[in-house]
Amino acid sequence: MKLTVGAVVKAGTSKVNKTGNWRSFRPVVNKDLCNGCGICTFFCPDSSIQITEKKSNINYDYCKGCGICAKECPQGAIKMEEERT
Amino acid sequence: MSKKAVIEGSMAVAEAVKACRPKVISAYPISPQTHIVEDLAKMIADKELDSTMVRVDSEFSAASVICGASATGVRAYTASSSQGLLLMTEVLFNTAGMRLPIVITGVNRTISAPITIQPDHQDTMTLRDAGLIQLYVENSQEAYATHIQAFKIAEDREILLPVMVCMDGWILTHSFEPVEIYDQELVDKFLPEYDPLYCLDPEKPITYGSYADNEVMEFRYMMQEAMERAKDKIQDVALEYKELFGEYYGGLIEEYRTEGADVIVVAMGSVLGTIKDAVDEMRENGQKVGAIKVRSYRPFPAEELYNAVKDASIIAVLDKSLSIGQGGPLATDTKAAFYNKKAPKVASFMAGLGGREVTKETIKNIVYKCKKALELNIVADMEFVDLRREII
Repeated sequence: MKLTVGAVVKAGTSKVNKTGNWRSFRPVVNKDLCNGCGICTFFCPDSSIQITEKKSNINYDYCKGCGICAKECPQGAIKMEEERT
Repeated sequence: MSKKAVIEGSMAVAEAVKACRPKVISAYPISPQTHIVEDLAKMIADKELDSTMVRVDSEFSAASVICGASATGVRAYTASSSQGLLLMTEVLFNTAGMRLPIVITGVNRTISAPITIQPDHQDTMTLRDAGLIQLYVENSQEAYATHIQAFKIAEDREILLPVMVCMDGWILTHSFEPVEIYDQELVDKFLPEYDPLYCLDPEKPITYGSYADNEVMEFRYMMQEAMERAKDKIQDVALEYKELFGEYYGGLIEEYRTEGADVIVVAMGSVLGTIKDAVDEMRENGQKVGAIKVRSYRPFPAEELYNAVKDASIIAVLDKSLSIGQGGPLATDTKAAFYNKKAPKVASFMAGLGGREVTKETIKNIVYKCKKALELNIVADMEFVDLRREII
């Protein structure tokens, strides 16, 4: 690796980028309650939620456990659980 | 054809900046910087200058706007003073670290408290470690020249550092002097269009100043090296300017009647006008006195300064700012430059704080004190010139 003037780098070239291990609480989706409305995807500050097969799907590689999705879910389908390592 | 006009120092700066055609200007008004950006805003409104003036809520935002503008690959400019410069501080460190070649006028005014709008160098001196090149000017014509030179120095691929042109508030910005304003064609010939190394583009996304834990040492080293290269660049650009415009104000330093001088007064900024007059009068009386203007404070011209004064007996360093708990920054750096060398004695004088007037008599008194110090072989660490002890 050679350093660039001003520490300028191209997008998507970061090598150590999985930030999910910063999390102390994990959002867990109750798939029975989730109706796939997608509100959680708009609120997630880390863009770590996708709707797949009409259900909320959280990417734990990047979710930092802020809990906004759990707070905003109108169905109460997301609960925060303490991480146990 | 160039034109000569009797104008405010602020207008001279605005004319110079206009001729450099920055694409983005952003500023928040603060005395004594205000007239510069007012003049530029008027030039844009009158369609004399094709640029965007971004009005903002603070100096922090003004610095952020031009930092961002520069990152998109355009020439950008701002100006501020005193508390305004302090509010810009965090952004300026970032801008320097991201190696964005903005130009900023540091219109010198002291720092509160006590609150005052009087000029000294306390504000820009606080920013000396930010990674900015700092050039101090003596008069309005030099302010005009130095702004045009500043963009050329900053944007050089070997340098890529912000340049701050420091000029004494009120003394220069608000006094009227005859100033030669040069043709756009001539300025264009001197200053090519800005050719950025990188630019922000949504199609090809990049990050400036990306995260680094274990490489900070190397990035700082790269900045230090760029500063070292700037020593040559500042001198080259001053000579190029001389060739094209016929004016020269010194490179890193300017020597004034230093041949055979026993005592040399070293200072920065507008006070050099007074010092040169005092030197002339003392020379007429047969005193071997000279003066040196430090034009570039960062990078600090240690070698050039040493070579210029090494044959003198004593040098008087006049500081217009105080590193409280240590002394005058210019004197401190000068002493460091001379250490381990056979050098003249260095006497440090604190003068002109908060706009306290520095007259020819003040300078003659300083020179007299230097001669006395030589006679007695005692040089005081630092002296506050014209200190009113009776009111303390």
